[in-house]
Amino acid sequence: MSDKPLEEMTFEEALHQLEQIVQRLEGGNLPLAEALALYEQGVQLVARCHTLLDEAELRIQQLVPDGEGGYTFEEFQGPLDSR
Amino acid sequence: MAAVVGPRTWTVSELTAHIKGLLLNDAPLRDVWVEGEISNFVQYTSGHCYFSLKDAHATLQCVMWKSHAVWLPELPQDGQHVLVHGHIDVYGPKGTYQLYVDFLQPAGVGDLYAQFEALKAKLEAEGLFAPERKRPLPRWPQRIGVVTSPDGAALRDIVRVIRSRYAGVELVLSPTLVQGAEAPARIVAALTALIEHGNVDVILIARGGGSLEDLWAFNDEQVARAIAASPIPVVSGVGHETDFTIADFVADLRAPTPSAAAMAVVPDGQELRRQLQEYRHRLTQHLQTLLLAKRRQLQEEHRALRMHHPQSQLNAARQRVDEWHRRMILSFAHTLTLARTRVTALAERLHALNPRAVLQRGYAIVQHTDGRIISSVTHIQVGEHLYVFLQDGRLEAWVVDRRRELGKEDTGQRRRTNT
Repeated sequence: MSDKPLEEMTFEEALHQLEQIVQRLEGGNLPLAEALALYEQGVQLVARCHTLLDEAELRIQQLVPDGEGGYTFEEFQGPLDSR
Repeated sequence: MAAVVGPRTWTVSELTAHIKGLLLNDAPLRDVWVEGEISNFVQYTSGHCYFSLKDAHATLQCVMWKSHAVWLPELPQDGQHVLVHGHIDVYGPKGTYQLYVDFLQPAGVGDLYAQFEALKAKLEAEGLFAPERKRPLPRWPQRIGVVTSPDGAALRDIVRVIRSRYAGVELVLSPTLVQGAEAPARIVAALTALIEHGNVDVILIARGGGSLEDLWAFNDEQVARAIAASPIPVVSGVGHETDFTIADFVADLRAPTPSAAAMAVVPDGQELRRQLQEYRHRLTQHLQTLLLAKRRQLQEEHRALRMHHPQSQLNAARQRVDEWHRRMILSFAHTLTLARTRVTALAERLHALNPRAVLQRGYAIVQHTDGRIISSVTHIQVGEHLYVFLQDGRLEAWVVDRRRELGKEDTGQRRRTNT
């Protein structure tokens, strides 16, 4: 299980950890304190996932030659207004 | 239609439908490439085009609907030699069969179809289309590379789809030309740049709909080989549903359109929300179950604890004492009864031995006034006083005479009475 702080987790990591927590809780036979801690953690992960879903802003970059044979990233500025 | 035995009269419509059915069921006629010379070309204001194709010996009626004709860079001229693609069908009202054309190009430019087939056969023989070469797409791509035109409809469609599904990703556009003579080389360069510098998890190679020529860059051998060699999974989304390109065959996944390609690489946000909802539900449910179980366990332990409480042990001890007490009393009473019985028995025996009992039978006890029992005439002198005890009292008397009977000895010397 990852030790990453919640705020730094990607959606995938948070969801994966959530899956594990649900499975452990379902496995049963946990000490109460541990179960409560897991539940707490699970609820936070659900919230984190929702936040990531809600606040996700598609970022679009563009590969641009740097003139020295390499490439750099630039924010894509093209017209995309078909939302 | 069933086989007809004997004369059978058809209606014209029936017969036409029958012929139409025969033609439509013939696979080669559904996918036809024809070369010929155009004659009687006409485009109506509706946009649809009508013409004939002919060679030295035959003529073929052709129709090209507006939807296909709009992709023509320029309208063909009568007498022009062209290569067309389409399918054969019957036009009932005029009783003619026609070629419904969906692609037309000047002949001699190069036989695109033959090129396409040759390259396809070659790459297929190399195993580049093999199903086992197809890699699974990452389930959670963080960065998605896109090889397409920066101002094409494909990019707009991809962005729109990703925004509507799951925007928690980054798109990395590697811009390229997607049509024209330079396009293949540019596509390969864009793809290579993305692979080497893009740091992406999956690549979309996309282009919006167009004519066969417009999409031709995606039938290029170098493009196909670059896709096949990509260490990163590639999804192709070129043209419309019906368009197949060589790029589609070598890609890890062929999506029918750019939008479908985007859909294939990002998870569905709605689905994710449903899943989260379910997880949350399961979390709560299982915690509640656990709490309930723990509460029950607690009650159980509490009950057990009460049973082992000192007070209850004390009570039990007290009860044991009481029990022993009760048994002791019982046993004591029994002993007492026994004793009493024995006393009574002894008393009866004693009573039976009481000398006074004899008095009732008419005997008397004689006692000297000094207390001695007189059991022999020698025990008393004449003139001395004595008591005579009878059953109901005592007489006092004095001895007037005494006479001894021979042969009788005194035996009750030590016996005394309590008076």
